[in-house]
Amino acid sequence: MSGERKKLVETVKLRKYFPVSSGFFKTSHVQAVQDVSLHIYEGETLGLVGESGCGKTTYGRTLLQMYSPTSGKIIYDGQTIYDSEKNIRVDMKPYRRKMQLIFQDPSASLDPRMTVGEIIGEALDIHKLYPGKQDRADRISELLTRVGLNSEHANRFPHEFSGGQQQRIGIARALAVEPQFIVCDEPISALDVSIQSQVVNMLEDLQAQIGLTYLFIAHDLSVVRHISNRIGVMYLGCLVELGESYELCAHPIHPYSQTLLSAVPLTDPEKNRTRSRILLQGDIPSPLNPPSGCRFHTRCPYATERCAREMPQLKEHAPGHYAACHMLDAGA
Amino acid sequence: MNNEAMNQTSEKKMTAAERAAMIKNNKILLDVDGLKVTFFTHAGQVKAVDGISYQIHEHEVMGIVGESGSGKSVEAYSIMGLLQKPGRIVGGKVTFDGEDLLAYSDSEKREFRGNKASMIFQNPMTCLNPVYTIGDQLMEALRCHNKEISKAEARKKAIEMLELVGINNADKRIDQYPHEFSGGMRQRAMIAMALICSPKLLIADEPTTALDVTIQAQILELMKDLQRQTGMAIIFITHNLGVVAEICDFVTVMYAGHVMEQGTVDDIFYNPAHPYTRGLLRSMPNLDDEKGKRLIPIEGTPVDLLDPPKGCAFGPRCEHCMKVCLTKQPPMVTVGDDHKSACWLHIKEMKELSSGEVTK
Repeated sequence: MSGERKKLVETVKLRKYFPVSSGFFKTSHVQAVQDVSLHIYEGETLGLVGESGCGKTTYGRTLLQMYSPTSGKIIYDGQTIYDSEKNIRVDMKPYRRKMQLIFQDPSASLDPRMTVGEIIGEALDIHKLYPGKQDRADRISELLTRVGLNSEHANRFPHEFSGGQQQRIGIARALAVEPQFIVCDEPISALDVSIQSQVVNMLEDLQAQIGLTYLFIAHDLSVVRHISNRIGVMYLGCLVELGESYELCAHPIHPYSQTLLSAVPLTDPEKNRTRSRILLQGDIPSPLNPPSGCRFHTRCPYATERCAREMPQLKEHAPGHYAACHMLDAGA
Repeated sequence: MNNEAMNQTSEKKMTAAERAAMIKNNKILLDVDGLKVTFFTHAGQVKAVDGISYQIHEHEVMGIVGESGSGKSVEAYSIMGLLQKPGRIVGGKVTFDGEDLLAYSDSEKREFRGNKASMIFQNPMTCLNPVYTIGDQLMEALRCHNKEISKAEARKKAIEMLELVGINNADKRIDQYPHEFSGGMRQRAMIAMALICSPKLLIADEPTTALDVTIQAQILELMKDLQRQTGMAIIFITHNLGVVAEICDFVTVMYAGHVMEQGTVDDIFYNPAHPYTRGLLRSMPNLDDEKGKRLIPIEGTPVDLLDPPKGCAFGPRCEHCMKVCLTKQPPMVTVGDDHKSACWLHIKEMKELSSGEVTK
């Protein structure tokens, strides 16, 4: 079904290690993103979920080359913008116009000493868009209206706004350069419950109006399921499952996705009382020294000796539904 | 296996309804009556808590839900006597086990805190002292309230507590420092510390908000188990409705310092009466929603507490807002057995009902 669709962004075995010095002359690495291969179709929303420290934010930022990748390949709109094997690194500036980012904490991502107009205008200035004074002002007020604020707000400072409004300003800034692709890094987790749905609806409307493509990073599965077309589940830097969002939530096949889904509290007391829950033992291992083989084997209820030895590969188990687990290979 | 699951279901169902009935018959442990807390800031007076009332029975787990700024934490701090300047309790009564908490002297308050009631917080790292071992901090809590206990006994009790909250190798772990514990383990250690004097009431202020979902599930299970074992009452403060549905027997919904609705957990989730509660439930995506369903948000922005609306706090954002809502605060109306809601709509409905009966 999706075979004909255009891939806007693709990563092949993208890897990001952060060096940590662990003694004189010795360096070890935090293995934040471990060979993640993914593609995002034009116009779709790909959700990325996982617990803190699983590398989902690092993946988003490495994709935008805010962090320089350790190895792998990034392709944007048919152009290879990074390839460690062929040693390709392009100038990112023209791509920055096409790929933007929305941050988690809206108050931390807005300069408190700049007015909203200056914050949004800065993005226009950097890319030399709308050079005329009047054009620039018109564009800023158009952007503010688009995200549900009004044009007088351009002269105010970020602290004069509530959290939800600040997030709208962050979104207006991202939209200023007319991007095609936006990485939304936990855009609603810092907001109040009653405001979250306003922002989610706005992101959906913007997508419908301008045809944006999103990488939506969040830890709240119910929100990700709502907004995404497909979901990728990450654990300790690895992509463990990828599938159509409703299908993945209804029939998760990787043991980790199953536990993650069963841990989400439902807003239905009766269902909470009756459902069975898979409780994981222990905590996430350190990405400094991840377990051998399948990274989930230390906590997996089905782990065998093979899981400790070999790292499972992501394979298609149903049309469009991928998972990386030895147990599934054996069953098939 | 299917049969077994069915049996379990019906058994659990019974206990849920029975529990609520049992709890109602228990003695009232904490009675908050018209509590008002105001912060006297340079910018003006902020009425963070504006006349809230509720009762906690023994063995009860009550959830207080609200968004940031709804006063849910301030109210808990006031009960524990932890309220800091410029905040001040300006009205109301708080009775614990028959004693007036607000009349306590400082030393009585110290005796009360940790011993009769204790509290756990959102971020365990800021509550644990980084330069003392976990064991030191656990034993300190115990020896503060029980001067006779020897060091060896205190240590034994501390190890027992760590085992109770599910920390493996407790006899080794007790000599470690907080930074050697992971986030979930720290929260477990916090719970152990709060429960070491066997308090009758535990106030949990967003205890799982900083944790990942899988760890949150572990902590919720633990708290449920401990509650059943010790029979303590819990006030569970959170903004996460899913967590409330999971652990609470009764729920109080707060907005801008006012109680909007109170009821059993089934009342609130299956039969919400207040437009704010209904709006909240409707605006949240659920794991079992149909495909392509659009969220229905609550429009507008949260209340500016420096300049709150004159009538109902939720009035300006309410889709059913009437003239009276903007001028007068609604009274608490009983809408079911244990179910109360503060909304003028109920009064309107009652009037229509009674006038309807008259014409009949």
